[in-house]
Amino acid sequence: MDINLILALSFLFIPVILFVYQLFFGHILKHDTWYVSIFGIGLNLAVALNFFYRVFFNKPETAIIHKSVNWLSTGSFNLDLGVSIDNIAAIMLLVVSLVSFLVHLYSSEYMRGDTRFSRYYAYLGLFTFSMNGIVLADSITMIYIFWELVGLSSYLIIGFWFEKNSAASASKKAFLTNRVGDIGMFIGIMMIYFVGETHSFNLTDIIEKVKTTEIDPTYLTIAGILLFMGAIGKSAQLPLHIWLPDAMAGPTPASAMIHAATMVAAGVYLTIRIFPILTFDALTYIAFTGAFTALFAAIIAITQNDIKKVLAYSTVSQLGYMVMALGVGAYMAAFFHLVTHAMFKACLFLASGSVIHSMHHSLHELHDHDTDPQDMRNMGGLKNKMPLTYYGMLITTLAIAGVPFFSGFVSKDAILAGVLGHYFEYGGMTVLLPIAGFGAAAITAFYMFRLIFMTFHGKPKNEEVYKHLHESPKVMTIPLIVLSVLSLAIFYTGTINPLSDGSKGWFKKAVGKGNNYVIEVESHDDNHSQHTDNHYGHDKKDITFTEHAYHAAHDAHYTAMYLSLAVAFFGIALSALFYLFKKLNPETFRKIFNIFKLYDLSKNKFYVDEIYSNILYKPFMFWSYLCSKIDWDYYDQTFIDSIGKITLFSSEKSVKVDYNWLDQKVVDGFGKLANYSSLKMKKLQGGVVQAYILGGLVAIILITLIVQQI
Amino acid sequence: MDNLQIYLLLSSLLFSLGIYAVISRQNAVAILMGIELILNSANINFIAFNRFTSSLSHLDGHIFTMFIIVLAAAEAAVALAIIINLFKNIGTVNVDDAKELKG
Repeated sequence: MDINLILALSFLFIPVILFVYQLFFGHILKHDTWYVSIFGIGLNLAVALNFFYRVFFNKPETAIIHKSVNWLSTGSFNLDLGVSIDNIAAIMLLVVSLVSFLVHLYSSEYMRGDTRFSRYYAYLGLFTFSMNGIVLADSITMIYIFWELVGLSSYLIIGFWFEKNSAASASKKAFLTNRVGDIGMFIGIMMIYFVGETHSFNLTDIIEKVKTTEIDPTYLTIAGILLFMGAIGKSAQLPLHIWLPDAMAGPTPASAMIHAATMVAAGVYLTIRIFPILTFDALTYIAFTGAFTALFAAIIAITQNDIKKVLAYSTVSQLGYMVMALGVGAYMAAFFHLVTHAMFKACLFLASGSVIHSMHHSLHELHDHDTDPQDMRNMGGLKNKMPLTYYGMLITTLAIAGVPFFSGFVSKDAILAGVLGHYFEYGGMTVLLPIAGFGAAAITAFYMFRLIFMTFHGKPKNEEVYKHLHESPKVMTIPLIVLSVLSLAIFYTGTINPLSDGSKGWFKKAVGKGNNYVIEVESHDDNHSQHTDNHYGHDKKDITFTEHAYHAAHDAHYTAMYLSLAVAFFGIALSALFYLFKKLNPETFRKIFNIFKLYDLSKNKFYVDEIYSNILYKPFMFWSYLCSKIDWDYYDQTFIDSIGKITLFSSEKSVKVDYNWLDQKVVDGFGKLANYSSLKMKKLQGGVVQAYILGGLVAIILITLIVQQI
Repeated sequence: MDNLQIYLLLSSLLFSLGIYAVISRQNAVAILMGIELILNSANINFIAFNRFTSSLSHLDGHIFTMFIIVLAAAEAAVALAIIINLFKNIGTVNVDDAKELKG
């Protein structure tokens, strides 16, 4: 067998073996069982680094490995399973393995002493396995299989502390909300197969078919949006974002894994995979979904006080960015942001876990079980107590806020340039996209620094708690250091120039501009085609949509960069005024905003959960109640039971008829008749021979008389 | 006396008397005598029909009659033996008393 294939399959087999091992034999080594897991994931990381090394230096045009086997075939229907590692998959594998590795490392301390310690590691293994499956899959069906496995893993790990009511219901909510998206995705897969007449689930085959034949764009649009529904569920886009903030009920390192590398990245990764067959209408839908999600979640994040909730909504917001980038054709930017976001968001979550861990221990020592260790209002001044956590979090916050020299700036800038370029290109309603993008960027900077200032600066709220706080152990801070170093821009752009758009970096070359085989770029604007001619010397017919988008983004690059810099610093400055220097009182602004109920709206997450409860849950419950009432009270009790009553009554009557009349009178009547007649006839047979002879004589005489009469 | 009816009348009378004896008598010997009467009435019939209905050279009726007389003698012997045994066992020849086999 090909060594590459074995290496690729190790991404599937090592985690699943770890899962089985931890599930059945995890109790043997007690706490040390995590060494087994970290060793396995470490092997994966090494293999991922090997693949990445080849991508980094060779930047191969075709996939490093692509192998598929026929799984089942019935007649003309074939289902293949296969693995494929191209540049994007190789980068993604590294991201997943690295974050998974660091989370494994971090969890050993964070989860110390948990009664189900080995089961936690089993779930982490299953999660890594599922996500690796999605990344490696070469067919849409295999993606779907692992997609569902990711859903299952998230259900298990969110509900890890199932004794807590919130965790149990959050896991159910996550699973069911994802199912809604998955149904759409499944219909989309079927549409691609049958209506699109591709007759293959293999991604390369589908893309080839779309590329070479004319398929009704309406069908492709619908199929594309349906496939994207899967991403809406997994990547927590509007309107299925509701599960992600609730998923905070799970262990914090697992949240880091869900939010950074595994689950939510799956949706964006899927959209990247199907990007070549998405039509312009589908992309427009995707772009607006992403834009609204980005802005919507950012607004909610402003008013949340739970440190993990803020980060959760920031994840939703950042995912909105990625989806929006894909929608406007900024293919590279979307994947770039996925990777950089994985790094800084993992670090943010692990750092918040460190804070919570420390708070929890401090409160535990004080026997205080009422104070919420996750509430930022109970923190403050942690900078001096937990310097490593603070600097890790500060660096990654700078990254997410979009400050130069940090990775988030480069990737976010690429997205915003793409969005702005898209607006310059198409105008009209697309103006909403840059507004949402820059608006969310400003708000992101604001609420992330609010988090930093409230948690690490200022005066401690509770001196007692503060006294007992201490920096987390090394296994928890090392991942923070690694991830915050990886949040520096230099690793992605390859240059120390802060204003570079990364076009010279390895990333751009490895990922490329992406291809889209459906959208034809029209010369709707003569001036513009002239413009591109002059600039790049291309004939407009040769320009594909993605190149077009790339050029538009390039043109808008500097505008976007200055704007994003401005909004980022505006957000940070505003946040500092509110929470660091206390020049402005948040309470006053809360009151001002609350005149229009804006604060309450944000605080209560735009009442989305309540709306769902009112328009879906309650009518459903009422309908169920109604059905149950009709079924039980009317149908069952009245109709069904009345049949029983009628049967009972009629059988009583028929028993009476049968027994009293038929049995007693008719049947017994024959018996009685026979009895009576035999009693009478008995006397004739007296045994007196002479009487018989007399009888015979009389009979002869009678017969003779009768015969003679005739 | 050259008339068949007279003989038939006589045989009928004898038959009736025999039947009457068989039916009404209690004494087994009397019943046996009744049976003899019946047999003899049959004999008279044979002789009479032979005389009036076929040629004189034929003696079929007579031969029948001879056989019947022999049979009657044999029968009487057997029956009287039974009656003697009956008398020895139950001390009477009254047939109504011989009812041990009656259910």
